[in-house]
Amino acid sequence: MENRPLEYDYTVAKMFMFMAIVLGIVGMTIGVVLALELAFPGVNTILGSGVAEFTNFSRLRPLHTDAVAYGFTLSGIWATWYYVGQRVLKVSLKESSFLMAVAKLHFWLYVLVVAAVVVSLFAGITTSKEYAEFEWPIDIAVVVVWVLWGVSIFGLIGIRREKALYISVWYYIATFLGVAMLYLFNNMEVPTYFVSGGIGAWYHSVSMYAGTNDALVQWWFGHNAVAFVFTVPIIAMIYYFLPKESGQAVYSYKLSLLAFWGLMFVYLWAGGHHLLYSTVPDWMQTMGSIFSVILILPSWGSAINMLLTMKGEWQQVANSPLIKFMVLASTFYMFSTLEGPIQAIKSVNAIAHFTDWIVGHVHDGVLGWVAFMVIAALYHMAPRVFKREIYSKSLMNAQFWIQTLGVVLYFSSMWIAGITQGMMWRAHDEFGNLAYSFIDTVTVLHPYYTIRAVGGLLYLVGMFMWAYNMYKTATAGRAVEEAELKNASPMGA
Amino acid sequence: MDLYTFSAYAYFFLIVFLVVVLYSYIYHLYKNRKSADGIDYEEYAKMALNDDLGDTPVKLKENDKEK
Repeated sequence: MENRPLEYDYTVAKMFMFMAIVLGIVGMTIGVVLALELAFPGVNTILGSGVAEFTNFSRLRPLHTDAVAYGFTLSGIWATWYYVGQRVLKVSLKESSFLMAVAKLHFWLYVLVVAAVVVSLFAGITTSKEYAEFEWPIDIAVVVVWVLWGVSIFGLIGIRREKALYISVWYYIATFLGVAMLYLFNNMEVPTYFVSGGIGAWYHSVSMYAGTNDALVQWWFGHNAVAFVFTVPIIAMIYYFLPKESGQAVYSYKLSLLAFWGLMFVYLWAGGHHLLYSTVPDWMQTMGSIFSVILILPSWGSAINMLLTMKGEWQQVANSPLIKFMVLASTFYMFSTLEGPIQAIKSVNAIAHFTDWIVGHVHDGVLGWVAFMVIAALYHMAPRVFKREIYSKSLMNAQFWIQTLGVVLYFSSMWIAGITQGMMWRAHDEFGNLAYSFIDTVTVLHPYYTIRAVGGLLYLVGMFMWAYNMYKTATAGRAVEEAELKNASPMGA
Repeated sequence: MDLYTFSAYAYFFLIVFLVVVLYSYIYHLYKNRKSADGIDYEEYAKMALNDDLGDTPVKLKENDKEK
């Protein structure tokens, strides 16, 4: 080794940590506004009817979903990649000025894309494809950002010291490859201005697919975006951060490999469950249902592996709010990967489809699993990258309980609302006339929409507590020695 | 044999094939540890725990520049 000690370089990890916190707060603030708009429609024009175009539900909704998925979550994924990647491969970004430059370019180009997305979606420029709303110029920039990340992954792997790739690295690679494939195929679009010889706006496009084919590709993408943005990279995080923070080796490394290949094989076939009772072929719907149910196995393989990693060490859950976040995250992962397959069963879906139960399912997954894991990962990283102890343990504890209460209020209200909705839509009299009109359901659902908004607000309060705690850690936490950073993160009172 | 009968047979044999692949993989994971220069996959779990730059890698990459 060189004479001067080599260190890991967390410059880019820190940049992405900052983005994750900012975009998490932005995305979830918009989410709370949307929840309030659904409960109290007057909020749609809260800033006056002159700017109602920018504050109404339909304009804000894609900003919410894209900000939390592609803003908060992706930033969290990249923050952890630029931290975990170096550590488990035992190589520093300092060792390659090329990879360091790629990593910085990755970050700054990503910031530009975020700005372009915010401006274009606020302006109402959209392809109208859910979770794929960006017009073609932004799509091209996204591909460049993604390729830069790929260069970073495979570049670091190329100069590694550790021969084998830790399981988390496999999950990061799968995220990279999976999203690359999904994004390219779902965003195949025809730029209308150039094809028509100058009609309309230059940035406008239409999908290359039509009708049912478009729906099929869209939900193959949509479902697997959940797989490769909300599941696979989050498993990468928990496989590193839970063992590291608790000081316990993964319960079964072999099970982690088995669950990895199982998840890769099964997940890609399950998207058809979004199109049950639609115009796609019946066998495809059935296949979507069956694969969704099988998906329980690899999902629980990972989640149980995480809970068993804590075997004999459960006192840590009581003592450390950081471990609490991660153990609850893996519990919510088990919970939502059981709920999803249940919803994908055709007879259940007949009630659940298009109702708020689906919204509840998504949110117990993303709030309980994804965001908790990102929060925990960044808390674990903070003392290592800032060389200071976490500012306040009690604040973290309070954040945990406030956010947990928020998630519970969110999903329980949406369960009740969703099943009520589904039952009321289907109810009919003996002659087959529908028993209720749409507005009847809206009236009944109002209290649950209010509870949902309160749940979301509590979660958002927790996000601000997180931001404050992270800021104080970076600026005012007690300086710590390397020896204190082996496992459990040092925390101030 | 009509198409439905064929697809039923194809489905059956595909399932059998996948089960064989799955169990072969599990067998491979366990057998590897017992062979002379095999790998105990559980050792790999230490990559997360001993991840400082100065820690000894579980398995050093060959032709490493610092060897």
